[in-house]
Amino acid sequence: MRPILMKGHERPLTFLKYNRDGDLLFSCAKDHTPTVWFADNGERLGTYRGHNGAVWSCDVSRDSTRLISGSADQTAKLWNVQTGTQLFTFNFDSPARSVDFAVGDKLAVITTDPFMELTSAIHVKRIARDPTEQTGESVLVMKGPQGRINRAIWGPLNRTIISAGEDAVIRIWDSETGKLLMEADKESGHKKAITSLAKSADGSHFLTGSLDKSAKLWDMRTLTLIKTYVTERPVNAVALSPLLDHVVLGGGQDASAVTTTDHRAGKFEAKFYDKILQEEIGGVKGHFGPINALAFNPDGKSFSSGGEDGYVRLHHFDPDYFNIKI
Amino acid sequence: MAAEVMLVNEIESTAARLGIDLDNFDYSSVKLPPGEYCGIVSDDEDVYHDDQLEFDSGFGNIIVVDNLPVVPREKFEKLEGVIRKIYSQIGVIKEDGLWMPVDPETKKTLGYCFIEYNTPQEAELAKEKTNGYKLDRAHIFAVNMFDDFDKYMRVPDEWAPPEIKPYTPGENLQKWLTDEKARDQFVIRSGTDTEVLWNDARQSKTELVYKRTYWTESFVQWSPLGTYLATVHRQGAAVWGGANTFNRLMRYAHPQVKLIDFSPGEKYLVTYSSHEPSNPRDANRVVINIFDVRTGKVMRDFKGSADEFAIGGTGGVAGVSWPVFRWGGGKEDKYFAKLGKNMISVYETETFSLIDKKSLKVENIVDFSWSPTDPIIALFVPELGGGNQPARVSLVQIPSKEELRQKNLFSVSDCKMYWQSNGDYLAVKADRYTKTKKSTYTGFELFRIKERDIPIEVLELDNKNDKIIAFAWEPKGHRFAVIHGDNPRPDVSFYSMRTAHNTGRVSKLTTLKGKQANALFWSPGGRFIVLAGLKGFNGQLEFFNVDELETMATAEHFMATDIEWDPTGRYVATSVTSVHEMENGFNIWSFNGKLLYRILKDHFFQFLWRPRPPSFLTPEKEEEIARNLKKYSKKYEAEDQDVSMLLSEQDREKRRMLKEEWDKWVSEWRQAREEEKLERQKLRDGEASDEEEEYEAKEVEVEEVLDVSEEVLSYED
Repeated sequence: MRPILMKGHERPLTFLKYNRDGDLLFSCAKDHTPTVWFADNGERLGTYRGHNGAVWSCDVSRDSTRLISGSADQTAKLWNVQTGTQLFTFNFDSPARSVDFAVGDKLAVITTDPFMELTSAIHVKRIARDPTEQTGESVLVMKGPQGRINRAIWGPLNRTIISAGEDAVIRIWDSETGKLLMEADKESGHKKAITSLAKSADGSHFLTGSLDKSAKLWDMRTLTLIKTYVTERPVNAVALSPLLDHVVLGGGQDASAVTTTDHRAGKFEAKFYDKILQEEIGGVKGHFGPINALAFNPDGKSFSSGGEDGYVRLHHFDPDYFNIKI
Repeated sequence: MAAEVMLVNEIESTAARLGIDLDNFDYSSVKLPPGEYCGIVSDDEDVYHDDQLEFDSGFGNIIVVDNLPVVPREKFEKLEGVIRKIYSQIGVIKEDGLWMPVDPETKKTLGYCFIEYNTPQEAELAKEKTNGYKLDRAHIFAVNMFDDFDKYMRVPDEWAPPEIKPYTPGENLQKWLTDEKARDQFVIRSGTDTEVLWNDARQSKTELVYKRTYWTESFVQWSPLGTYLATVHRQGAAVWGGANTFNRLMRYAHPQVKLIDFSPGEKYLVTYSSHEPSNPRDANRVVINIFDVRTGKVMRDFKGSADEFAIGGTGGVAGVSWPVFRWGGGKEDKYFAKLGKNMISVYETETFSLIDKKSLKVENIVDFSWSPTDPIIALFVPELGGGNQPARVSLVQIPSKEELRQKNLFSVSDCKMYWQSNGDYLAVKADRYTKTKKSTYTGFELFRIKERDIPIEVLELDNKNDKIIAFAWEPKGHRFAVIHGDNPRPDVSFYSMRTAHNTGRVSKLTTLKGKQANALFWSPGGRFIVLAGLKGFNGQLEFFNVDELETMATAEHFMATDIEWDPTGRYVATSVTSVHEMENGFNIWSFNGKLLYRILKDHFFQFLWRPRPPSFLTPEKEEEIARNLKKYSKKYEAEDQDVSMLLSEQDREKRRMLKEEWDKWVSEWRQAREEEKLERQKLRDGEASDEEEEYEAKEVEVEEVLDVSEEVLSYED
């Protein structure tokens, strides 16, 4: 089907997130305003005004009432999804990069970038049910990895936190004590910065995308490498289909290295791979800049991609897609 | 102390030979750097052995200048000044690098001095330039390398018969040709790795033969018959080969070697290096060595300034048009020639000297080329005196230097010569001025070398003004292809030197209009050609059958930079090398344009098929095989089918394994998830809705009745 082109952001997209019901799509971009759209027809529903810098990521609570967003203005904000009002602001001393609600939405993990002489850090915050009781204190702060941490998510039962970033190492931390539990094997792991990380629907495995032109699938509990997907371009964004055994990789040439001769030179395609056979199935073209964000609708029947070109493209799959055989 | 006496004798004889006055030589004045022995044999046997390996290094940049005037102390500085002036012109003398010893008794100099340069190249140059330099009548310099003294001093007095080594049979260097599956090899270079691989096209993959990191410092090259793989290093070149792997067979010492070239019969290897002059106004110094490939012996070396080697040719920017020496006389490697100013210097390999001891004089010559099979040189002299003296192309027989044929060409601006691979034909592409001299048009002069009196035919394209983009002879054939016209959609035309009903004249076969092509790649067996659009055309490929005059396939290898047929003409490799940042790697195609497999490699530099020596089959036998191809091909078709069956079986098996493995993971996960279910509920304050999160793909058929209408049709008998 023809993709729905959603033009609302003025700067490159950074992150996309569906709510649990799959009816809302939240988008973050380098302009300062996270936006919510109808996931079905791409109509814009509203914006969340208040940030004063690029917004790097967001997460929405299970009941679709709260939105958390992390921004380069050195804050993470809690929003009321319905009204768009700010509920609380977490202040940091460096830009906030990744945000993720825990199971039960009572905790959130927020990462901050290295800034001036500060190193990067992973903060765990308690999220109060009643926003008036919300405090900015961290339950736990973890430091250690060199360079930026691009993504940190909760592991099974909120017992662990999984982080990945510029140093190409995936780490599993104990979310109670803050102790480092596991590091991914250097040999089999990524060779360059990890740009993205996505959980499977049941939280049993996750997919990482890296500038080393590959994506890897890991077991969430044991950090065992299960699969590797090799592509021709740096991978900026990854997504796992909740419905079929497919993974989607997005990326493309860095804006600074894009050749000007041909639109194909950049390979700004969302590439579909068979999750089990590790073989490429197909690609979805359309963006004219690298793809920075990918998200699957929880029903697995549509997905959206956000590009450096400032567009969100919403794709509803044709019926043929569900019958792909290789 | 017999040994010492012997040693002194040696020194005396060496000195006498070199013209050194030993009577004035003060041994105690020789100052050695601490901890070094300068290769002078010590009485201490242990030291001798320990240092033996280092003799050749370290003093290569020192020269000894002898036959200097012997002067008293008052004139010492003046003499030193004169020497410094002479020798600093040649290179940079190291600080404190000029040392003239003085007799401690007479306070006079001893008539010789040592000069240390920054580099051995400078020292060698100084030796070459000033040996025999006349300071005045009584003082003619005798200049020697410091290392040479040592070398000659170590020559044993008594002749010992050379040790005869027992014969050890070498490896079969041609073993790769006996591959059971008749596959071909190729070498690729990517990043720091160099790999030799089999092209296993049946299984659509490669098979590693040999891989080595940092195998070469700049590039690799196959010898023309495929026996050796040459690598290039700072110290020189090396060749590798072997039955099953690659061992170093020979090294060719040539410091800072830049370029190498094999003779067509791979008997000789030409190496080239260029050295920065110490004086920036001078041209680079060029050293060319010709080695015997098997023995590693230097057969001849050429040294000189870059200017001497840069005449003619198109290599204006790099200074030297490579190869400087072009080999002629077919695979026997009999002759090689170099273009000089107003001459061609033709050497023969029996003596490695000029034929008849003199070069072939040709006024104003700008280019020449050898017939690929016969000792015939085609040379081109441009128009002179504003058109009074026409340009000319002539064919010269070697070694008689007899002119076989000559053709004058009028108002020609440029010429290019193309030989057909069997030496049957020569095509000369001549760019001519139009009457107004404002523009040029192109025509071809076609020489039939093997026919009586070498008839020449003139060919002009249908549209005379078309620009010629590419020209290529069919290997071993009678046809050629030309790309002509204007970008972006030029035409491609095919001509034949002889058709069934027209043997003596060239005739056009066809013209393909508006092709996105700018390069032509004939199959080595002829008949098929790839019309390629490289660079601006982003790698368009068209596989064309010239016998049937039909396109077999069109394809694209995006951004392709290089195309090469395998030596048998069965496969084509297209590659994107590191001139592009992206897409690096190569594709292997069948001759008819089917993509077989594709391999991506970052920083991809080189792809080279291993050449094969010419077939031993007689043309009659080859023809017979071609006639009975059906009979022969049966066996191979059956094999192909077996392989493809096996492959699909293997593939199925692999998929089944992967699927099983995955299912194991999934069941593990499901179990873990089940176990954690209660805890998860607790985290969600008792909300149990795990199931809701999982969607399942179900096929639902929906039938919608849009309209029902009834119509009564009359039925007639």
